[in-house]
Amino acid sequence: MARAISPRKKLMWTALSWGIGLMIFFPIMWTFLTSFKSESTAISDPPVWLFFDWTTENYSTVLARSNYPLALMNSIIIAVGSTLLGILIAVPAAWAMAFVPGKRTKDVLLWMLSTKMLPAVGVLYPLVLIAKYFGIMDSRILLVVILMLINLPIIVWMLYTYFREIPGEILEAARMDGANLKNEIIYVLTPMAVPGIASTILLNIILAWNEAFWTILLTTVNAAPLTKFIASFSAPEGLFYAKLSAASIMAIAPILIMGWFSQKQLVRGLTFGAVK
Amino acid sequence: MATEHSKSSARIMIAPAVFVLLVWMLVPLCMTLYFSFADYRPMRATFDAWIGFDNYVSFLTSSSFLSSLGTTLWMVGGILSITIAGGVVLALLLDQPMFGQGIVRILVIAPFFVMPTVSALVWKNMFFNVDNGLFSYLFKFFGAQPYDFLSQSPLFSIVIIVAWQWLPFATLILLTAVQSLSSEQLEAAEMDGAPPLSRFWYIILPHLSRAITVVILIQTIFLLSIFAEIFVTTNGAFGTRTLTYLVYQRVLESQNIGLGSAGGIVAVILANFVAIFLMRIVGKNLDN
Amino acid sequence: MNTKQRMLGTTVGLGLMAGLASVALAEEITIATVNNGDMVRMQSLSPQWEKDTGNTINWVVLEENVLRQNVTTDISTGGGQYDVMTIGTYEAPIWGNNGWLVSLNEGMADDWNADDLLPAIRGGLTVDGELVAAPFYGESSMVMYRKDLMEKAGLEMPEAPTWDFIREAAAAMTDRDNEINGICARGKAGWGENMAFLTAMSNSFGARWFDMDWAPQFESEAWSNTLNFYLDMMKESGPAGAANNGFNENLTLFQQGKCGMWIDATVAASFVTNPKDSTVADQVGFALAPDTGLGKRGNWLWAWSLAIPTSSEKQDVAKDFVSWATGQGYTALVAENEGWANVPPGTRTSLYENQDYLDAAPFAQMTLNSINSADPQKPTVEEVPYTGVQFVAIPEFAGIANQVGQQFSNALAGNQTAEEALENAQALTLEEMEAAGY
Repeated sequence: MARAISPRKKLMWTALSWGIGLMIFFPIMWTFLTSFKSESTAISDPPVWLFFDWTTENYSTVLARSNYPLALMNSIIIAVGSTLLGILIAVPAAWAMAFVPGKRTKDVLLWMLSTKMLPAVGVLYPLVLIAKYFGIMDSRILLVVILMLINLPIIVWMLYTYFREIPGEILEAARMDGANLKNEIIYVLTPMAVPGIASTILLNIILAWNEAFWTILLTTVNAAPLTKFIASFSAPEGLFYAKLSAASIMAIAPILIMGWFSQKQLVRGLTFGAVK
Repeated sequence: MATEHSKSSARIMIAPAVFVLLVWMLVPLCMTLYFSFADYRPMRATFDAWIGFDNYVSFLTSSSFLSSLGTTLWMVGGILSITIAGGVVLALLLDQPMFGQGIVRILVIAPFFVMPTVSALVWKNMFFNVDNGLFSYLFKFFGAQPYDFLSQSPLFSIVIIVAWQWLPFATLILLTAVQSLSSEQLEAAEMDGAPPLSRFWYIILPHLSRAITVVILIQTIFLLSIFAEIFVTTNGAFGTRTLTYLVYQRVLESQNIGLGSAGGIVAVILANFVAIFLMRIVGKNLDN
Repeated sequence: MNTKQRMLGTTVGLGLMAGLASVALAEEITIATVNNGDMVRMQSLSPQWEKDTGNTINWVVLEENVLRQNVTTDISTGGGQYDVMTIGTYEAPIWGNNGWLVSLNEGMADDWNADDLLPAIRGGLTVDGELVAAPFYGESSMVMYRKDLMEKAGLEMPEAPTWDFIREAAAAMTDRDNEINGICARGKAGWGENMAFLTAMSNSFGARWFDMDWAPQFESEAWSNTLNFYLDMMKESGPAGAANNGFNENLTLFQQGKCGMWIDATVAASFVTNPKDSTVADQVGFALAPDTGLGKRGNWLWAWSLAIPTSSEKQDVAKDFVSWATGQGYTALVAENEGWANVPPGTRTSLYENQDYLDAAPFAQMTLNSINSADPQKPTVEEVPYTGVQFVAIPEFAGIANQVGQQFSNALAGNQTAEEALENAQALTLEEMEAAGY
């Protein structure tokens, strides 16, 4: 039942929301603008907004100084790879917890989430030694596995809360019809779970993309993703705001664009069981 | 029959996740535990496998430990309050009829996609910097003295940066909850002549409580391990050293792996307390 | 299988082997370095070396703190991820002592002349007679000042000023309405940031980190004088955000014309006199770091150097690269491409005998004098058990000095007094040193 609303009220809400929205977005906008300025324009007093000599010089400098395509590729592989691997392990677990809850289900879930609070640096040396032992330092597979492990609790938790909202009666009915567990998952559950799985995937790609401890310390060249690429341009000698901005935009643009295009899917499943 | 069958299948299906997490937890954790009882300082080429509880004693008795606990609480608490208060306001705002709602939503969720290092660098250099930051120009424009955010209110500055990143997350979850609120109920209240504030207090807020608990839970998990934002902005100076950062300093800056490992174990134990505490609240809220 | 086939097989096999052999010759090495201007230039010129030798380089160029995280983790676990690492005079003796670095006494290119290295720099990178790292550029610290502002203040900068003069001049040059700060100096916390400056400064005030029994000395009068002088001077004439300013922030300020004087690394000289980036390029004068008449000046000694970890499997190729990047040929290459003023300074005697360089770099003589006046073996007025001018060459120093630096930075921000900062510094240093078994 739609409420009648006066146009003036609607205009007011529009102005207010746009104002706040633009304020929140402003730092990204400003970084974007700065990335097209020369270094001296970037710190000019007073700041210039739109009317300056737009230049793409910063982008070409950044491209010349580092291997952006490789870093981008690594970020994609690590973020997508770790997420998919995580989903593969988490779907059965979350399914079982949601539909066949045992006495311990809650405890297991609890414990899984608590592993997420382990301070990363505490296990740095052990992990480096293990990675070295297996000869997989600076490899994508190492990061895929580590980031999968870090985000697995969140994946399981998200899927669990989502699965729980699927009405159990449907499954009962399927079982009555003689569907076995496999068919139950493939034909009954999966179609209903797709939105939840989709948004879980999206959220975890974002989290993995932005992870900036392990991706920096466990890589050198071959597996170094965009988080490490940024570290080449932070705080060098001399003026650097424009180049830093260009590098920043290059690092966040892919995920930002992906996020914008898929925001509907992302939002649909991003409830963590918060809505009932 | 069927239940027995599905119970055992269920166990098999949970097994992989539990197994990998166990390995993840146990192998590095056992090594950390082992190191925490050792005098392990690679820079001195020292490795003494058993020195008892010395590392724990010196970690827990050092004055930096208690202050880092306080800092952690302030930081997490500050970020949580800002994101939740801001999130509720934004969610209610975005639920109003307006032009270009989709675009506004895109603008609002954008910070969530920015990696922590980038947002910390951008805020630190282009906004907080006292000579060339935008805030300084703003202050000067209004005839005020530029304010040095990072040394005068360092904790607050970091809270702002992190809250900016997590506000979209809170907003999204709360927005879904707001949208599920039945409008009949609200309208009934409106007709009864309930003023907006009491409508908010007695109908909207209780409805959101569940979503708020979820936001608290998920964010706390991530906020306890904030690292990049501190590393980039203050390097732990001016009282911004959280427990995670203290452990980092022990391990990487002082190269005292034994002491750092002890700190890591202490942090894990404390985190588990927090987890159990949180779960109690959340569990109650989610169970109905 | 007939003969023809077998022969074909052999030929293919040989061909493959030959192919493998030539592939094996062209190695790929991984080099970790800081994103400072001189290193970025090295990276951009390195295709020359790749072309000459047929080898390829994987560059890992990182901000200083992140670089340190990475290489320290690698070296202390024997990771073997890097073939060449960029390290400083602080790490070199410690890592060398642990046997983690390859000796460069042998195996360097024939024309790589070790005797040409400046003695002070070479000494700092030598462990038990073995050179463990090759200096890429060396630096001390000195006073850079604005001639025009000095003149306006009616003062004249002596070649070797005292701290009192600096403070007085700073106050005279300060013009807050026009955003001119008399003095810029490091305030950002960190052992390589404010503590480099303050430790070197404390030397000239007669202070020291430890006495001969390794007891911390922050409660001494000399330290109190140092810190109070620094805080007062910065409060009178320093920039507003001084507690967050490191080398880079101050460089920007100076280039924008917002500093009257700046006491910092000698390498900054080529940045502030470069008209492309600096608005005050033609007005910069140089003087030795200040003293208080006790016989030590407040200047430090540092060399960013290239070292080869023993965990590297390509040490020969790595040595070839290090020879190239730190040799005289590289200096000539930079001069040819970017002009003499931009060559990496402070490592070789021959550079300071080169008239082209002396003509192009007005700061050359002052740099050399500053480097020569620093003595890592006897850094302080009173006797000390350690070496290092702006650092103490023990593994615990970085961790301790980071924390002490935070105390001092906090005092500069006005959040605590000098006395509180020193008291805290003393307590935490004592604690850390006891934990380390001193």
